[in-house]
Amino acid sequence: MSNLLSRYGVWLGFALVLLVAPWLFTSNLSQTMLSQMGIAIIACLSYNLLLGQGGMLSFGHAVYSGMGSYFAIHALNAIGQGTLHLPVVVLPLVGGLAGMGFAILLGYVTTKKSGTTFSMITLGMAELVFAMSLMFSEFFGGEAGVSANRVVGEAFMGITFGPQRQVYYLIAFYTFVSVVLLYALTQTPLGRILNAVRDNPERVEFVGYNTQQVRYRAFIIAGFFAGIAGGLGAINFEIVTAEVVGPARSGSYLLFTFLGGATFFFGPILGGILMVLAFVLLSEITKAWLLYLGLVFLFMVVYAPGGLAGLIMMNLRIAKTGALKRLLPSYAGLAVAMALMLAGAGALVEMIYHLQLDAANGPELPFAGWVLHTDSATTWGVSVALLAIGLLVFETVRRRFALIWGEIQTDMAAAQQAKEAT
Amino acid sequence: MEFFLISSLNGLSYGLLLFMLSSGLTLIFSMMGVLNFAHASFYMLGAYFGYTLESRIGFWPALLLAPILTGAAGALFESKVLRKVHKMGHVSELLVTFGLSYIMLELVQLLWGRVAVEFTPPAFLQGPVFTLINHGQLGLSLVAGVGGEICQSADTAVRIVCTPFPATRAFIMVTAIAMVISLWWVLTRTRAGLIIQAALTHPETVETLGHNVPRVFMLVFAMGTGLAGLAGVIGGFTFITEPAMAATVGSVIFVVVVVGGMGSLSGAFLASLLIGIVQTFAVAIDYSLLQLFKDVGVVLSADWQNNSFIKLTVSQVAPILPYLMLVLILIFRPRGLLGKRDT
Repeated sequence: MSNLLSRYGVWLGFALVLLVAPWLFTSNLSQTMLSQMGIAIIACLSYNLLLGQGGMLSFGHAVYSGMGSYFAIHALNAIGQGTLHLPVVVLPLVGGLAGMGFAILLGYVTTKKSGTTFSMITLGMAELVFAMSLMFSEFFGGEAGVSANRVVGEAFMGITFGPQRQVYYLIAFYTFVSVVLLYALTQTPLGRILNAVRDNPERVEFVGYNTQQVRYRAFIIAGFFAGIAGGLGAINFEIVTAEVVGPARSGSYLLFTFLGGATFFFGPILGGILMVLAFVLLSEITKAWLLYLGLVFLFMVVYAPGGLAGLIMMNLRIAKTGALKRLLPSYAGLAVAMALMLAGAGALVEMIYHLQLDAANGPELPFAGWVLHTDSATTWGVSVALLAIGLLVFETVRRRFALIWGEIQTDMAAAQQAKEAT
Repeated sequence: MEFFLISSLNGLSYGLLLFMLSSGLTLIFSMMGVLNFAHASFYMLGAYFGYTLESRIGFWPALLLAPILTGAAGALFESKVLRKVHKMGHVSELLVTFGLSYIMLELVQLLWGRVAVEFTPPAFLQGPVFTLINHGQLGLSLVAGVGGEICQSADTAVRIVCTPFPATRAFIMVTAIAMVISLWWVLTRTRAGLIIQAALTHPETVETLGHNVPRVFMLVFAMGTGLAGLAGVIGGFTFITEPAMAATVGSVIFVVVVVGGMGSLSGAFLASLLIGIVQTFAVAIDYSLLQLFKDVGVVLSADWQNNSFIKLTVSQVAPILPYLMLVLILIFRPRGLLGKRDT
């Protein structure tokens, strides 16, 4: 029993969270955000099949989710007109098949290469599709996009998909199934050989596998799940515009999958949640949110390549040995340094933006509870000083932190060796 | 005829501008194995530096200083950030430059605003460098500068077509050719170039001989981004200086590098000119399949005549031509035009 629970407990918990969430967060905003999170989780996980599992850095993943959206919304319109007889419940599968079809078509060319060249070709493909979306306005709907009404057909047991909560449960169902399937995939021979292709393609070739075929298959599967996410997006928003296939969307998949953590299976789930939080909440707080996002991303690539998931897992491992308390002072120091840097840099950025965009509204602007004066030298000076002190503290604490961190890692490795020796 | 001549020259100048960008990208790639995703962002940065400096210190100093500043920014990035992820592999390097492209775009918008700035060429580059005059009776002739009174003459009896060639375009060509020659000279005829070439293939040996290979890498990165900055200054006043300029040229130079063959400088040259000329001709041709059918004499039903695919003109298709070329190259010659390795 305990064995079963430890094996399936996580999944049970995940299902419970999905079920309970809309009853905990009942406001309109949080319900739409929850729906978007489900979609983003599928999209990021499907992207991570390429980036994390296969080592393929794609700049064009939005093509497959976006084409899924377009096919799903056209199918939805066809259902509304009575020319197509499908329940709305299976629409995401229509999107999935569309994404898969395009992955079969375009992936044949892109997966011919690996590594850096692969990335460049996916970028070219993304640009190709995006440029085409402006040419064929019949299919892509031009500037206005394609809109539809998701409340079509007869209600089945009172489910019309009118209310947001019903749509949420549809999305939650697909999210759960997709996550389970994608996890199961990592346990199959294909999933394993995909990891091998990522780590050492030469050896895989020697074993007798065709690395291009492996990449191609993974690409098709990723396209399918991206298409499902796209189809769910079409149902959720009831409108699809050309930006769903755009390079900016592809970029955000990459950004948030990495921030969540590409090296762990559950990392992209965190990434998807972060993506929605950033797009909905962070963009409300500041106009410069992409700048902060870019800086955080750069910082993560350099110092924490495992993303958020990597940070969590490493600290859990240390916590198990009880060495975490040695790190706590450094963590506190890092937090203080980051708060200082954020306050300084944030004030500077917001003041410059204020001068750029609404200098006409006077020199004062609110910033995290304070009022900044863009015409006072003191404000500028204090901001710069805060930033400088923050940087200084950060660098000092970081060195100490790296030292202790290294010691703990050595201790842990030694303990491991001692265990193996006995 | 004058359409053909002027379009070829325009295409050539655009292609040369592309080469100024793709040469730096190729140099950095072949040397360090790093695909600099932010390369076009350095192009944008160069344009903005040029814009700010030109109004302060004049055109020629700005043309010299803006690329140097851009290169310095590149060197700073290489030594402070890129070097740290070098040991983590190419994916991390690509990710770092990808993140940098976001940051640079936002910083430029922060400092110079979100709309285009007015970066005008200096007085001696305004107006045409020569004008092609197609005279109904006298035939084709070439006049330096503006066409003169012959173009203004209101004589309706003779057909006169004057096609000016802008001086800024000529300036792109001159600068790019000067740059190509000096790049070739530096790489093949100087001691520094010798070390660079050696570090490209045998970094360990060069290090053993006492050269500071990381510093060589930094200099190459600075050189590449500096070239992008130079292209940015020239491209900035020829076309338009705006935050979106990085995105418009960015993906095209990646296509150039793949089509030419990864890491091949001569391949990048060929591909730049090819794409520059093809695109320039395509935007000028207003010919669609519908027109073709009409000319051949095929009568189409009204339904077909309204089909958006058939109505597409060549000029509308122009933006996707580089990408189509990319796909074709990958299918028929995966290593690129002049590439050696099959990666």
